[in-house]
Amino acid sequence: MGSPTTDSGVPLERDAGSVSPPTCARRIGDQLRPAILSVLVLTLLTGCVFPLLLFAIARPLFPRQADGSLLRSRGTVIGSELIGQEFTTPRYFESRPSAAGSGYDATASGGTNLGPNNPKLTNGSADFAGIRQLAEAYRNHNGLAPGDAVPIDAVTRSGSGLDPDITPANAALQAARVARARGLSEESVLRLVADHTKGRQLGFLGERRVSVLELNLALDQLQGQQPPRTSP
Amino acid sequence: MFMRWLEYAIFLGIVLGLAHPVGLYLGRVCQGQPTFLDPLMGPVESALYRILGVRPKQEMSAGVYATCFLLFGLGCAIVLFLVLIFERLLPGGPANASLTTPMTTDLAVNTAVSFTTTTTWQAYAGENTLRYLAQVAGIAAQCFLASAAGLAVGFAFIRGVAREQCATVGNFWVDLVRSLLWVLIPLTLIGSLVLIWQGVPMNMAPYTPAHTLEGGIQTIAQGPVAALEFIKNLGTNGGGFFNANGAHPYANPTPFTNFLGMLAIAVLPASLMITFGHLARKPRAGWTLLIVMVALFVLGLAISDWAEAKPPTQLAGLHIVGPNMEGKEVRFGIGDSVLTAMVTSNGSTGSYNSMYDSFQPLGVLGPLVFMLLGEVVFGGLGAGVYSIVMAALVGVFLGGLMVGRTPEYLGKQLRSAEMRWIALYALMTPMVVLVLTSVAVATQAGQAGLVTNSGPRGFTEILFAYASSMANNGQTMAGLAVNNVFYNLTTVIAMLIGRYGLAALALALAGSFAAQRRVLTTAGTLPGDTPAFGALVFGTILLGGSLCFFAAVGLGPVVEFLRH
Repeated sequence: MGSPTTDSGVPLERDAGSVSPPTCARRIGDQLRPAILSVLVLTLLTGCVFPLLLFAIARPLFPRQADGSLLRSRGTVIGSELIGQEFTTPRYFESRPSAAGSGYDATASGGTNLGPNNPKLTNGSADFAGIRQLAEAYRNHNGLAPGDAVPIDAVTRSGSGLDPDITPANAALQAARVARARGLSEESVLRLVADHTKGRQLGFLGERRVSVLELNLALDQLQGQQPPRTSP
Repeated sequence: MFMRWLEYAIFLGIVLGLAHPVGLYLGRVCQGQPTFLDPLMGPVESALYRILGVRPKQEMSAGVYATCFLLFGLGCAIVLFLVLIFERLLPGGPANASLTTPMTTDLAVNTAVSFTTTTTWQAYAGENTLRYLAQVAGIAAQCFLASAAGLAVGFAFIRGVAREQCATVGNFWVDLVRSLLWVLIPLTLIGSLVLIWQGVPMNMAPYTPAHTLEGGIQTIAQGPVAALEFIKNLGTNGGGFFNANGAHPYANPTPFTNFLGMLAIAVLPASLMITFGHLARKPRAGWTLLIVMVALFVLGLAISDWAEAKPPTQLAGLHIVGPNMEGKEVRFGIGDSVLTAMVTSNGSTGSYNSMYDSFQPLGVLGPLVFMLLGEVVFGGLGAGVYSIVMAALVGVFLGGLMVGRTPEYLGKQLRSAEMRWIALYALMTPMVVLVLTSVAVATQAGQAGLVTNSGPRGFTEILFAYASSMANNGQTMAGLAVNNVFYNLTTVIAMLIGRYGLAALALALAGSFAAQRRVLTTAGTLPGDTPAFGALVFGTILLGGSLCFFAAVGLGPVVEFLRH
């Protein structure tokens, strides 16, 4: 049955008789063995064999990525180039606000889930800084006047709470403050920001962005500093 | 604006460009014809049939086929349930201290049903609930198996329309094995490697403590993330390794991985429409339905894009510039977030990369409505093809009423027996979603879930949860607290009916179509492959959807939009 070009099942006429044709499954009981075995065998195939195969191919090809794109300094892991970190001191560019745990907790990803019309999101509450408070703090931190425009990524929390990036506009507004804190010229900091601005992937995918951790590491390197060691 | 629409256009261009070749390939897989993968997969296939005791030449009636589908789903759910219940005994991965969410029985039941129905609704956060081995051997394995079973049902449905005077619709075990070996496993292997190249981790390391630049400690969750992150999209499952799902930089590190994931969701279901037209010997009928899908998709995309890209009116006067970035990632911005919202909500895939709960009311309208319409645009792998054909058949029936003759589609007549399956199918989603939503809204247990938002947004969260479960989608407005007995069990009802109830009705219809002789086309026939027919289907979907859901949607996003 079934020539290469046409699809054919069991014709109706054939099972009009009392004897069911051998090509047609009739009894449900016959299907129990395939049902039980397929669950077990195919679970092993897709849940054990497949990931081991993937593991075996990926480890030698992409060892750095497979390990989580970890960044090391003098043998110590200082973060991952993909995972955002919290920065509070003036000498570092600040990441976006974060709703992951108490902020950039990489074991508790997530956003605020507050609706745009929820007053808590805009105005905050006793233990939660709203967009209004975050904008005020951002202006104070960066020496901006009360009416100055603030890029929205600087005052909103990302979906993951681990967003490694900020917009180039956000980085540009922070450059003067970072330059002051480090005794650098604003131009040299802005140049570093430009060097670390990633364009759209393939020219049309996603948004232009600056990785905060990479930029801050570059700042430290520019001034010949190793990141501070902490006792393990 | 230009760059966003350029990306949307390129996306749709690639989906439509791949639909024809991929659709023909899927047709060969469905019919057991030779393909270039045969030398590699042929021996594995024969070996599997021997081990499983499958007689590949043996065909099944629609009833036996549906029973096998159900038995397989039941077996998978039991296995996953056991893996979840005992997962804390598995070695490796996160320390016990990191696993803060207890694996209760109701959570295990919910998750087992959720992943074996391709819903992949997640009432838990991956990084503080599951060990690595449970993520791989439990969660990722079921993403493969449930989606292969779904594709099998799609094949059977297509055969039902394509065949004439036939008692059978195929062999479930053959379709299952061929879907895995010829489609899902090879594509996932390649796709997962691309993800790892772009930065998705694939390790068994414990959570890594990092000494941050400012001298703090940041513990970074790790794991075999890549083993799940591609199949979750390709199989239209969507359950992520981490809580933030596609927003997490380890799960979706670059705009390119996001774009690839969206293609993985949309290409196979779109191509299946070409398979459908090809096997039914009416290629243009497949294209007509695919173009209806794209038209609906663009409509939703335009509304969501507009709502999210304009500066939030709620922040007027605060001198804040930019689009609605709350709950969105900088690397994705508005374009990738909205595209992903539309693709995942249409593709029956819960792999969101931005938080819907922080979308504007009209931004969340699109994802909600597309789930309520029953995932007719692209849809779940396999399920998409019968979702849109069922919607088209309602249109055919209405068209038939207008001209006053027995309606027919592609030579198959819609008599009262067929109409019974179609009407039941069309009523199933409103019945289940609206009843469960009412129960949740009316009870203390249901209202207790509203811990983040309230009012119309809270109502939308609840409606969204059941729409998502019924559509086997799995995406969530995560402000709703759902890891409790009430939501864990009520969403299970919707997931089971959305999977097995709808598939059984589709298979029943396929069985009676297969038995029919194809009627001759006459001057009075409504042809299924013209622009006029496409317009009829488009109108039927929107009209039928508004009749069923206008009140419910009105109480949620529409009221919230009008009030502010």
